[in-house]
Amino acid sequence: MTKTLRTLRKNAANALTYALLATLGVLWVLPIAYLVYTAFRVTPSTGIINSLFPSDLQMGFSNFSRLFSDTMFLRWLGNTLLVSVCSCALTTLFILMVSYALSRLRFKLRKPIMNVLLVLGMFPGFMSMIAVYFILKAMGLTNSLLALILVYSGSGALSYYICKGFFDTIPRAMEEAAILDGASQPIVFWKIILPLAKPIIVYTVLTSFISPWCDFIFVNTIISDRNLYTVSLGLYKMINAEKNSFNDNFTVFCAGAFVVGAIIVTLFMSMQRYYVEGVTSGAVKG
Amino acid sequence: MGKRTQKTARKFDTPHKVFKAFRHGSPLTRLSFLVMGFGQMARGQLAKGLLYMLLQTAFTLFMILFGGRYIAHLFSGNLGAQLSGEIWNEELQIFEKVQGDNSFLILLYGVISLVAIVLFLVVWAANIKGSYENDIRLKNGERVRTFKEDLRTAINERFHIPLLVLPFTGLIVFTVLPLVFMVLIAFTNYDYAHMPPGKLFDWVGLANFKTLFSLSGGATGFAFVFLRVLLWTFVWAFFATFTNYFLGLIVALLIQKKGIRLKALWRTLFVIAIAVPQFVTLLLMQKILDGDGILNKLLGTNILWLADQRYFSLLPRVMIILVNIWIGVPYTLLMCSGILMNIPADYYEAARIDGASPVRIFFAVTLPYMLHVTTPYLITQFVGNINNFNVIWLLTGGGPVDNVYYGGGSQAQSTDLLVTWLYRLTTDQNPKYNVASVIGIVIFVISAVLSLVTYNRTSASKNEGEFQ
Repeated sequence: MTKTLRTLRKNAANALTYALLATLGVLWVLPIAYLVYTAFRVTPSTGIINSLFPSDLQMGFSNFSRLFSDTMFLRWLGNTLLVSVCSCALTTLFILMVSYALSRLRFKLRKPIMNVLLVLGMFPGFMSMIAVYFILKAMGLTNSLLALILVYSGSGALSYYICKGFFDTIPRAMEEAAILDGASQPIVFWKIILPLAKPIIVYTVLTSFISPWCDFIFVNTIISDRNLYTVSLGLYKMINAEKNSFNDNFTVFCAGAFVVGAIIVTLFMSMQRYYVEGVTSGAVKG
Repeated sequence: MGKRTQKTARKFDTPHKVFKAFRHGSPLTRLSFLVMGFGQMARGQLAKGLLYMLLQTAFTLFMILFGGRYIAHLFSGNLGAQLSGEIWNEELQIFEKVQGDNSFLILLYGVISLVAIVLFLVVWAANIKGSYENDIRLKNGERVRTFKEDLRTAINERFHIPLLVLPFTGLIVFTVLPLVFMVLIAFTNYDYAHMPPGKLFDWVGLANFKTLFSLSGGATGFAFVFLRVLLWTFVWAFFATFTNYFLGLIVALLIQKKGIRLKALWRTLFVIAIAVPQFVTLLLMQKILDGDGILNKLLGTNILWLADQRYFSLLPRVMIILVNIWIGVPYTLLMCSGILMNIPADYYEAARIDGASPVRIFFAVTLPYMLHVTTPYLITQFVGNINNFNVIWLLTGGGPVDNVYYGGGSQAQSTDLLVTWLYRLTTDQNPKYNVASVIGIVIFVISAVLSLVTYNRTSASKNEGEFQ
């Protein structure tokens, strides 16, 4: 008797959980579904539609062909790829070097440097955006992709925490043995610590690779030449540049967003294991 | 290993302090105070000495040709007095074009030169210490070190220096320099009425702080506006942080509940949202929630989801927080499910044996454990939300402007956070860089206090080496 009652209660609770999860899941998927749906919607091609399934509905790929032929999307894609590959390489290098120095080495200014980095990270980034713009101008670098690479990687060292957290967990015995065998510090760094740090390297590479795809504020200040836009600024301008641009370009915008999303998904799917390892190993430590 | 490096570093550093070098150093060392690299050259360290000398020459040239002028300007009490224009030349009886001062460039190049001086002083001190080290070595009957040996030290006991040089150059140029510059702007009257080169700006002391924090007569005092924006910033940060956290935790618990199948599918449903870049989803949401957007069309209503001004713009505020939940929960879900798996099973076992109900278990075991582990995360999230520019800017742009008094010329709007207000002040057609800069300093103080207090209270900072 009590046993059946208990299973009944358990089943009811499970059913409730399923219902709740399904509702929430639908809520979370709907906007994305709408984005994908709009990307493939050929007519009506305007941003304003009066019902979800209008009578003149036509599906197809013409938004994508418009995206690649009428806009400079392909070029923006190339720009973004170039910027993110370069800045991601530099940023990862910087973060690894700073983390290694602050985690494994002991020197007089170590604590002060950590405090200074902490403080620097607390100023809102774009408070200094205008000054950055003028420094770049003085260097003759505005309106160039090099400027973007420098800006993205220049302050990269500030986000060294997670990586350092990871380095902190590598046992000292490993490098002590190597040093007893006569290895120099660069060898220890290169041959012992870096191979162990693979998850955190992948994590750092991923996060720094993604950031140029998502930032549009800095690009907006530094770049004014349409040929040098990154995808984010290009997409933003596509529906925000003029009063009617939203109505004209909304379906194309969605197609562009779909392409960017697909790239990021592929990237994360292939690296997922490392990503989760990286987050959980370095980030959360009470 | 760590201890050994520390000890060697101390042994070599302490006796070589610059002033000691001056008191006890050999004449060669004292000459190094004036001519960098002299002490090294005279002792046969040719390469090192030459490098120092080159550096000194370069620095001197830089100061004579460039830096000196701007530093002199910087400390002359005003940021330029001469406007460009034409000046009557009495001798030649003609108007001559004069290149005027530019306050902006004076300040910017002045700061760059100051940073260059600081960096130079560091190298200068290293030069003296090096020369003094040579003195001591010779006195002890040792020989001075060769360039090769110096390099070997650089990659072993002082390996941190080659590691840190490049990242820090980037930091100095793209973070420190601009920050110092913008902080200085807070003490000037740099706004739309003082735009160089047409008009010059100048030091005004604490006047901008007074503007932001005082109530004096409507047009000049922004105190009321400031408090409103500050209050909303905190309310927003509070709700944005905790709604995301608890909803993420609850969803993670639901998915992890025993007997629930297809766990991977449920998780994927939420995680898909992460794939699309944030600014795209935000723009999409803004278009969906627009007055002419699809949501109104589907509901057959005419609600201004993001622009309703009634009740202190209550509806836009709520919508912003809701959209933020949609964006943030997938992240917290991922993080929470990771940690939930790490909770030792014994805790649950013990609670179950004691006959605790699931709700009781949640409040007595799960929640305390989660809070204990994720306090640092919560704090960084809170600070991050105080600075969460994207969500507000892309959804409402800071608006709408409701009919509450916003202070003449403060340019603040109802859903503005401090950061979006700052951004508007710098990008508006009538920019007020000076006030924006003061707001930036306020944001910094808030973030700094919050982070430092918690950073020092968490065990993470105290036991950083506990796993080594």
